[in-house]
Amino acid sequence: MHPAYSVILFTTASGAGYGLLALLGLVGFNHGRASSLWFGGTALVIALGLITLGLLSSTFHLGRPERAWRAFSQWRSSWLSREGVASVITFAPALVFGALWLGFLDEPRWLGLAGLATVLMCAVTVFCTAKIYSTLTTIRQWHQPLTVPVYLAFALATGAVLLMAIASVFGLYQIFQAGLAVVALVLTLVLKILYWRGIDSDPKTRTIEAATGLARQGEKVRQWEVPHTAENFIMKEMGFVVARKHAEKLRRTVMILLVLAILATVLTIPSATLAIPFSVLAFLLAAAAAAVERWLFFAEAQHVVSLYYGTERA
Amino acid sequence: MTSLPTPSSNQKKLGLVIDLDTCVGCQACATSCKEWNTQGYSAPLNDRQAYSASPEGTWLNRIHGYEVKAPEDEQSRIVHFPRSCLHCEEPACVTVCPTGASYKRAEDGIVLVNPETCIGCKLCSWACPYGAREYDYDHGVMKKCTLCVDRIYNDNFAVEDRVPACVKACPTGARHFGDLGDAESKVSRLVAERGGYDLLPEMGYKPVNKYLPPRKRSSEKMKATPSEPETMSEGKSRVDDFFRWADRLLSR
Repeated sequence: MHPAYSVILFTTASGAGYGLLALLGLVGFNHGRASSLWFGGTALVIALGLITLGLLSSTFHLGRPERAWRAFSQWRSSWLSREGVASVITFAPALVFGALWLGFLDEPRWLGLAGLATVLMCAVTVFCTAKIYSTLTTIRQWHQPLTVPVYLAFALATGAVLLMAIASVFGLYQIFQAGLAVVALVLTLVLKILYWRGIDSDPKTRTIEAATGLARQGEKVRQWEVPHTAENFIMKEMGFVVARKHAEKLRRTVMILLVLAILATVLTIPSATLAIPFSVLAFLLAAAAAAVERWLFFAEAQHVVSLYYGTERA
Repeated sequence: MTSLPTPSSNQKKLGLVIDLDTCVGCQACATSCKEWNTQGYSAPLNDRQAYSASPEGTWLNRIHGYEVKAPEDEQSRIVHFPRSCLHCEEPACVTVCPTGASYKRAEDGIVLVNPETCIGCKLCSWACPYGAREYDYDHGVMKKCTLCVDRIYNDNFAVEDRVPACVKACPTGARHFGDLGDAESKVSRLVAERGGYDLLPEMGYKPVNKYLPPRKRSSEKMKATPSEPETMSEGKSRVDDFFRWADRLLSR
């Protein structure tokens, strides 16, 4: 599948944003009001900014961005529509939570509830995003049980590292932030490795013979003539598959970046002065891992329509 | 609404039956489709770099060619394979649509895109296993086969012309149009007689369009053995007998 940069930016940026926002909601639920207005305000602005940036960039790949509002209408059947609705609804508890957490509204008893509602809506939105992909039966590499957990794990991990980085910049670094980031990063790495093992061991059962229905008695079917002289939309959008050896290299890149992010996170623990550079470094590494992983998620995905264009198995 | 309509008990299912035995791959259906649909519903169908070395555009019908060969066959067989929207009974392309621009008509099962409300997110094309939807880069919306909805109900046409443009154009009669929900219709009987099949039935989209398999060729024709001497064949007439006698005489 063609990896559209706007979609990669959208899913990774909004993923980190929702991860951070959800963790802020948990912090608010657990600790009450933000200890520092500057830290709380900055963290909230970054979280909501990443989410908004992601949502805006997702409209760039639309042919008719001015009609994007129509995408809120079909939540009964479409995960894409549900994602749109969830993403907008999330702003309501998030803004109420933000006002309570930063002390602009003085209703402490509602703070915990608003925080939990924010956490829930962040999780729901990322869940809907992942469901768009995992429900497509036409793409074997996406129609996998681990697609949704990996999306959620990346959102949590990038959000956790970002929370640690912002907190350390404001002198509010605490070891539990690093601990949480390590756990989330390790979880992400394990889930992604399991996902890759899953798609590698999953037999490619769909064949050109089955797609064309032309092999009744064990014949072999081969593409003899393509239907058009230049690439068409189907080949550009669905025909993009990264070469196997490049995929291997990129998988290793993702794993190395995640391991380095874990190491950088661990290195924030011994020294308070090094917490800032290492936590920022950890975030950059985790963000790079997420971007490469998301690119690969598209590039490794093979659409069943490729069988009609001569692929033997998909 | 992109939720699917509830099918009625005698649901009309308009669709095509494509005979892979008689299709000669002439592309008449594809060009006729392009010609009609670039001025009809959802028009125009764009072309890009039409006069350059690599012209491309949005087409609603594509004709593939496949080579079919069993290990014991000495010769392979070429099958021309038109591919367009199958107007599925369970079209995931419709249910994934976030705007309601994609829909399946309750009255006849035709799957359409409303070009006025499509946002061009392309998710429907991802959900289609058959590559039936092609994005129009110039207009930013998705295009697909309409089963010539603007022809088949068109009162301005003579009754015999109220068929999809591809069906009308096919010079070998390889494309048949009709109601596949009616077991007694011409197309349904054709499917029953010829063993018409679904593409990728295991995916559960329940395509309405059916493909008729190429007829089996006689095994003699498939073998590249040298032809037997004329003298071995049985005479059909006295003229044949005369030539056989002359052949024998001259062969001495």
